[in-house]
Order: sequence, then structure tokens, then C-alpha cells
Amino acid sequence: MSRVLMRGNEAIAEAAIRSGLKCYFCYPITPQGELVEYMARELPKRGGVFLQAESEVAAINMVYGAAAAGVRAMTSSSSPGISLKQEGISYIAMARLPCVIVNMMRGGPGLGNIAPAQGDYFQATKGGGHGDYRLIVLAPSTVPEAAELVRLAFDLSDKYRVPAMILADGMIGQMMEPVELPEPVDPGKIPPRPWAVTGARGRGKNVISSFDLEPEGLREMNLALQAIYREIERNEPRWEEVETRDADLIVVAYGTMGRIARSVVHMARKEKLRVGLFRPITLWPFPYEPLRELAERAEVILTVELSAGQMWEDVRLAVEGRAPTPFFGELGGVVPSPKRILEEVKKYAG
Amino acid sequence: MPVETAVPAGYIRVFGKPKALSDVKYTYCPGCHHGIVTRLVAEAIDELGILERTVGIAPVGCAVFLDRFMNCDFVQAAHGRACAVATGIKRARPELVVFTYQGDGDLAAIGTAETIHAANRGENITVIFVNNGIYGMTGGEMAPTTLPGQRTTTTPWGRDPRLHGYPLKISEMLAQLDGPTYITRQAVFDYPHIVRARQAILKAFRNQLEGKGFSLVEILSTCPTNWRMSPQEAGRWVAEHVTKHYPLGDLKDVR
Repeated sequence: MSRVLMRGNEAIAEAAIRSGLKCYFCYPITPQGELVEYMARELPKRGGVFLQAESEVAAINMVYGAAAAGVRAMTSSSSPGISLKQEGISYIAMARLPCVIVNMMRGGPGLGNIAPAQGDYFQATKGGGHGDYRLIVLAPSTVPEAAELVRLAFDLSDKYRVPAMILADGMIGQMMEPVELPEPVDPGKIPPRPWAVTGARGRGKNVISSFDLEPEGLREMNLALQAIYREIERNEPRWEEVETRDADLIVVAYGTMGRIARSVVHMARKEKLRVGLFRPITLWPFPYEPLRELAERAEVILTVELSAGQMWEDVRLAVEGRAPTPFFGELGGVVPSPKRILEEVKKYAG
Repeated sequence: MPVETAVPAGYIRVFGKPKALSDVKYTYCPGCHHGIVTRLVAEAIDELGILERTVGIAPVGCAVFLDRFMNCDFVQAAHGRACAVATGIKRARPELVVFTYQGDGDLAAIGTAETIHAANRGENITVIFVNNGIYGMTGGEMAPTTLPGQRTTTTPWGRDPRLHGYPLKISEMLAQLDGPTYITRQAVFDYPHIVRARQAILKAFRNQLEGKGFSLVEILSTCPTNWRMSPQEAGRWVAEHVTKHYPLGDLKDVR
């Protein structure tokens, strides 16, 4: 392990290269420019392919091609760019191709701005493009966690043949923190891809497709997808709890807001308020069960987000009326201070 | 893998189904030129002995089932994205032979950007561009390549350039770029033209094997069903009218 001071965007890029990334395709957009630039400098030196595409649409389709050819492939962008990629992501999901997509969210809708926001939660966790599909969505709240989750994203994506998304924002992307970078992966440990298009030599042809004109056939493809999703929902929910054991009020927050909420918990505890934090790390699969268990004991489950209340819907699905579920959100790239959140907490606690 | 039918003693094989073609029946309409073009691609793959390292990109459109008609590996692309998908495959595994097979709606409308930029980068891929001036599979709507005056289901009174624009000469556009190696326009409405188209397709694959870069073969084709013509009339229409708007021959050939 090597400990270095790095920007989030660069740590994600380096962690991806160390995870055996072979092909990276991109289109420039703020606030993930450092990721693109790091890849342009580093990936070709280390045996990989860097290509700046003519559009977000082309970039995700290049990922589709490279992933179909059986290599670890990745793209990164920010909210408006991710919207453009949705067509390709839908095809990748149905074609069962592993790959990693990084979304450094920014303020929206529309052109919005480049400040930190969490308005893409629905898009990331509920499908995003057309059809019934999911992405594995991982939400880091620090730079070191971002590096760690990139490795996990590649591994889970390979394991289930489901595309994985790192969902963060410009705060995580551009802040510098000390990072323990993962050791370079042993190429022999990357799962084999007997389904990839590598030339039909010594085997029948391989076809990568998301297409079946027959309703019964397409239903079978969909049921296979859904079976994988149920397995992921059983095996892969990840979350962090801080001071939840005796908490009367649980703050639920992820990513940048999760980081701020951690400070809020410490401030509240100094004032003898029994406040805890529940921080989902996998946004899909959402950790419904552990949050439900907390809701049995806690008096209030307060969701705080940089959105108008998107994860809030999953929180309410988890709590199912076991406790009141108030919401506090900020919009437009405004990031609330811990003090502001503490005021909100005090409305319900103590 | 396909099994070659044994030739009885005393006979010699002069004609047969290419190994690159499967036993699945074409879904192309009777008289459509797709059948000829698909076969020419298969013959080129056979002749170059590259079946076991070729990956095709099936488009959205009448050739959407191409992966079933042929025996090489295939990837099904989203509408218009074939050149971007081909780029991803070829960059990941340069040892593969990668070709796209696209219609005019796919390549010259929704996929214009992907086509132009793949050509401009000189991606070392082979593009087979089947231009029949119409959207065949969706029911005969106007394509960017539809001729002025031509009736389609979305230009019921004929294509009016003042309202719908002019036929897009995408091969001429691509030939202006520095990136591509070989841009040619061919047709398959009679035997001499089929022989020339066959040579062009072979060359487009050979260029890739030699690392020469982007090659595109446009083939003027018929759509008897949506043109409301018999196959014979449709072939004559290409010879007499379509070739006037889209002259045949090499537009760029970097040796």
C-alpha cells in the first residue's frame, strides 16, 4: 500500500488503472476534467487505451465495444453527459457486459452548474435509460473510499456482468486527501470472459446482443436479468453506521452529504443529543433491511440530500411507517454547513 | 462451425455457400440487394481466411439479424453507433478484423457523427454501407439519401429539397477528410457491377489486414418493397436514376 495525497478524480483514475483497466473512453466535462487528463497522461504509458470520443454517446458505445471484446473498460462524465449515455448504458445492461461508469454529479436539471449536487440519484438507481434494468451504484464520501470503491466496482461488475457506477460529485472529485491506493491487480485474477467476441476460433460464434424480436425470448432475457438483480440485492448491500446504537434520531445521507452528516453527529453528541448516521454505500442495491431494523428502535429517521428528495423515497420504502421520516434537502449546488443541518436535527431531537 | 458438403467423385466444386454464411434463411425481402451484399461480405471473409478472427457489428435496420446469417462473432449495436462500437472492439483487440454493416438511415442520419469521426480518426475498420435511399424496416420513411421527388411514407408528395433538404452525399463528405484510406461507391444491379463491388469489399478488408486504416464501401441498393417496384424495376431504377445522383467509382484511395 502506498499513501499519497491526491484529488478524488485522480485517485479514481489511478485506482482504475491499478484495477486492470484496459480501455477508457471519454468526453470532456466539468467537474471531472482531472480524471480525463490523468487517464490521457497515464493510461497509454501503462499499456492501456485512452481515446477522447466525439461525444458522450460515442464514448459509451466505445465502452460497449471494448467490454464486448472482453477487456476492463470505463468511461466517466458528469450529469448532462451521463444523460446522453443512457441509451448505451441500457444496451450494455441488457447485453450483460461488465464496465464502470463514473458520474461526478453537478447541479441540474439542464445545463445547471458545476457545483456539488445529488440530483441524479433516480437516474442512477432506478434505471436511467429505457427498459427494466439496474446498475450497481457505489457512493463514496471521501477520496480514499472513492479509490476503494473503484476496485469494488470492477470486481462486482465482472462477478455479475452488470455495469457499475461510481456516483459522486465535484466535492469528492476535486478535494485532495491522503489515499491508500490499491495494489495493482494480478491480470490472472481478472475473471475470464468466455462470452467475449475474440474471434470464433475453436468454439462456436459469440454474439453480444440486447435483441430478441420474439416476446417469449425477450421475456427470458429479462427474467435472467431480474434473477441476477435479486442475487445482488441479497449479497451486496453496503452501508456504514455511526453512533446508531442508542440513537433516537438517525440521519440518512450518502456521498458528500454523508460526510457532512458525520460532522453533524459529532456536534450533536457534544450537546448530549442521541443522534446517529446511516450512510448507504451501495445506493443500488439500497440497504433496506438494516435501515428498517434501525427504524424499529429510533424515533425519527431524517434524510438529508443535495436534491429535492430522491433517496428519501428509498428511505421511506425501508422505514414503511415505523418512524416519522422528515426530509431536508438543498438544491442548485448549494452545500449546507454542518451547523445548518444541526439546526434541522434539533427540530426533531432532544 | 459449418460443414462443407462432400463433392461426389468425378465432380469439381465451382460454386457453393461461403463458409462465413450460416444456414439461417435471410429475412430480407425478395429481390432486395441486401442478400447479394451480405453474400459478398461472406465471400471476402472466406477468400481472406479470416472467419475465425472477424467480428461483425450488426446494425438496427433490415440487417439487424446479420449475426444469425453469418458464422463469425457479432455485436449488435444501437441505431447509428456501429462505428463507435467497432472503434471500442478494434482498440481493445487490434488483432481482430472488425467490420460494420449499416444502412443509410443508420450510417448517414442518426449515426452521422460516429461515422465521420471514426473515418477522421482513420480507425482501422471496414464499413459496408448499404444505401437504398429509404428506411426499409420501419416502413419506407424518407432517409437522408432519398432522391428529390421520391415518394416515401413521410414524403407522400415526394421529397422537396426546400422542405426536406437534399440527398446527403456522405461518401463525398468522407472523401474530403484526411483520415480515411479508401472510400468507394459501388452497385450490385447487374453482374459486372457485382464483380466490381466484390473487388471493392475485398480491398476494404485487405486494407484493414494491412493496417491501412478506415475503408468504406457504399453500395447503391434496392428496396423493391418500399419503392413499390418489382425487383427488375428497382434494379433499373438504380442504374438509370440513383447513379445520376450518386456516381459510382472510387472517391478516395490512398495507396
